[in-house]
Amino acid sequence: MVMIPNPVTVLPAASPSSDLRILVIDENPIRCAILQAGLREAGFANVTVLDNMTGLLDRIYVIDPDVVVIDLENPSRDVLEQMFQVSRIVKRPIAMFVDQSDRATIEAAIDAGVSAYIVDGLKKERVRPILDMTISRFRAFDAMRAELESTRSQLKERKLIERAKGLLMKTKGLDEEAAYSLLRRTAMNQNRRIGEIAESLISAYDLLKM
Amino acid sequence: MTTDALHNGDMPIIHAGFIPLTDSAPLLIAKALGFDAQFGFELRLHREVSWANIRDKTDHGIFDCAHMLAAMPIASTLGLGRAPVPMIAPMALNLNGNAITVSNPLYAAMANADPEATRTGGMAAASALAKVVRARQARGEPPLTLGMVYPFSCHNYDLRYWLASAGIHPDNDVTLVVIPPPLIAEGLATGHVDGYCVGAPWGAVSVINGGGHIVATKHELWANSPEKVLGVRMDWAERNPGLLKPLIMALLTAAQWLDQPENLDEATHILAQAQHVGVDAALIRRGLAGSLIRHPGGEPGADADFIVFHRYAANFPWVSHAIWLLTQMQRWGQITQALDMTAIASQVYRPDLYRAAAQELGLSSPLTDMKAEGDGQAAVTGDRGDIALGEGRFFGGESFDPADAAAYLRSFAIRNGPAELLPAREPHLPLC
Repeated sequence: MVMIPNPVTVLPAASPSSDLRILVIDENPIRCAILQAGLREAGFANVTVLDNMTGLLDRIYVIDPDVVVIDLENPSRDVLEQMFQVSRIVKRPIAMFVDQSDRATIEAAIDAGVSAYIVDGLKKERVRPILDMTISRFRAFDAMRAELESTRSQLKERKLIERAKGLLMKTKGLDEEAAYSLLRRTAMNQNRRIGEIAESLISAYDLLKM
Repeated sequence: MTTDALHNGDMPIIHAGFIPLTDSAPLLIAKALGFDAQFGFELRLHREVSWANIRDKTDHGIFDCAHMLAAMPIASTLGLGRAPVPMIAPMALNLNGNAITVSNPLYAAMANADPEATRTGGMAAASALAKVVRARQARGEPPLTLGMVYPFSCHNYDLRYWLASAGIHPDNDVTLVVIPPPLIAEGLATGHVDGYCVGAPWGAVSVINGGGHIVATKHELWANSPEKVLGVRMDWAERNPGLLKPLIMALLTAAQWLDQPENLDEATHILAQAQHVGVDAALIRRGLAGSLIRHPGGEPGADADFIVFHRYAANFPWVSHAIWLLTQMQRWGQITQALDMTAIASQVYRPDLYRAAAQELGLSSPLTDMKAEGDGQAAVTGDRGDIALGEGRFFGGESFDPADAAAYLRSFAIRNGPAELLPAREPHLPLC
């Protein structure tokens, strides 16, 4: 089980960074929730979450965000970028990092699957903890998702192997250990995974008995 | 990170990003038919959902090269709206392929206002639209909203040119918004947009589901005009000359293959696959064959040059095309300072790299880096024989001389900002 990493501790500064208005656009509710929780624990209480682009224009104007976070799989990223330049949509112009020295942060963000935009003139030190938290939570979600996928396919494979073993035991009169051993040897000889062999065996059996 | 060719066994790997559009075909075909291996490298394709992703991942070396809108390498090099990253276009991937589609209600209004112009389509259709725009303004109705795919795109510039030709100001008389292709049909259906300019096969989608009419194709506006290029980071190109040339050769081979009518079936099959363009094969096929259906329930037309992959020197990165793009970027206020258009265009569009690759394939390359538009030139002189140019329509009888781009830029009545730009200063954010 993947543990959600401990929240980044942000020392509250005299200047109210915690008052920064953060808009998170993410259609994945779980990832959104863990990001929002992390930001809140880090002292950023002013977080709005949108899980779709409907009515984004009006809402962006009302929210007047300092920072906007969007996942890279969202096809509306181009829409968003154009909105940020139009003054009747946003009160203050918003741009992605234009500072060359932030390339490392941008790369980490791209790697984690997220992009962030900040309002013009906002000092990047104030935004840094938000970005770090976002990148960290996106990575954690990715790890969680990969683990879930892996667990699911392991479970599926286990079921297939059980069934294939059963078929071998029944049709060839083998005991359980011998049946499994046969599957494993076949997998090694054919340089395939044991789950694939099991699947092939089951398909063949279904076809033949028809 | 993948720069400098991590090797897979004995073959270097080149990572390429693409957007699921018909004109990404040269990359898809080069991979599917093994032209990459033929020229000694492995092409790894990465499907993306936004131009912002293509831009960022190429900027940061996650992609070595990408399927890009013709103006993107220029915008990156100039640092429009973000830190500059020098990008080059050593070849173009195609010509044409875009279409302007309007909703049923808007089409009905246009047909009512000017049935002849609407039926004719192309440049003429803009004057029908202008009548609708003026009528709406007189009645105090909100402006029409038109969608395009990205600010630094020919979709944007061609649409604006078309509107302006009929006296419509693209920012004052209508509203232009960015809309991603997969959301277009829905946008039209919900009335979020009244029309849009998008690349194949998406232009046809609304027509097929009965939601709109194609009123103009890119080819009708400016025949055989630039659309997509191969974008490559300049520093990658400089560090990997031994990879760039085979890459161009493989893509040139794919482009030639795509222009052969006998390959239509196979091309359709490959493009329609889910990991490629992933759209209904019939739509893709009609685009490739140029047999577009422009009206719901209508008959397919016949325009063999609706999208062009290789003929008419389609893959040559004309410096004059880059100059034209720069004039439009300045016209609309994306660039607010004067600049040396020829110098910038020559820095980004690289015919020298194209010629080196074409030569090895025995293909003829144009002798000059620039050509005028709308001057009726039927062919260009090539180093191995003349190259036919195809039709020469240029926005309803206009012309463009790249040698006097400044005069061309000053000539536009409808624009954003003054005719004379400020002298060059610091980078800036684009306005639209």
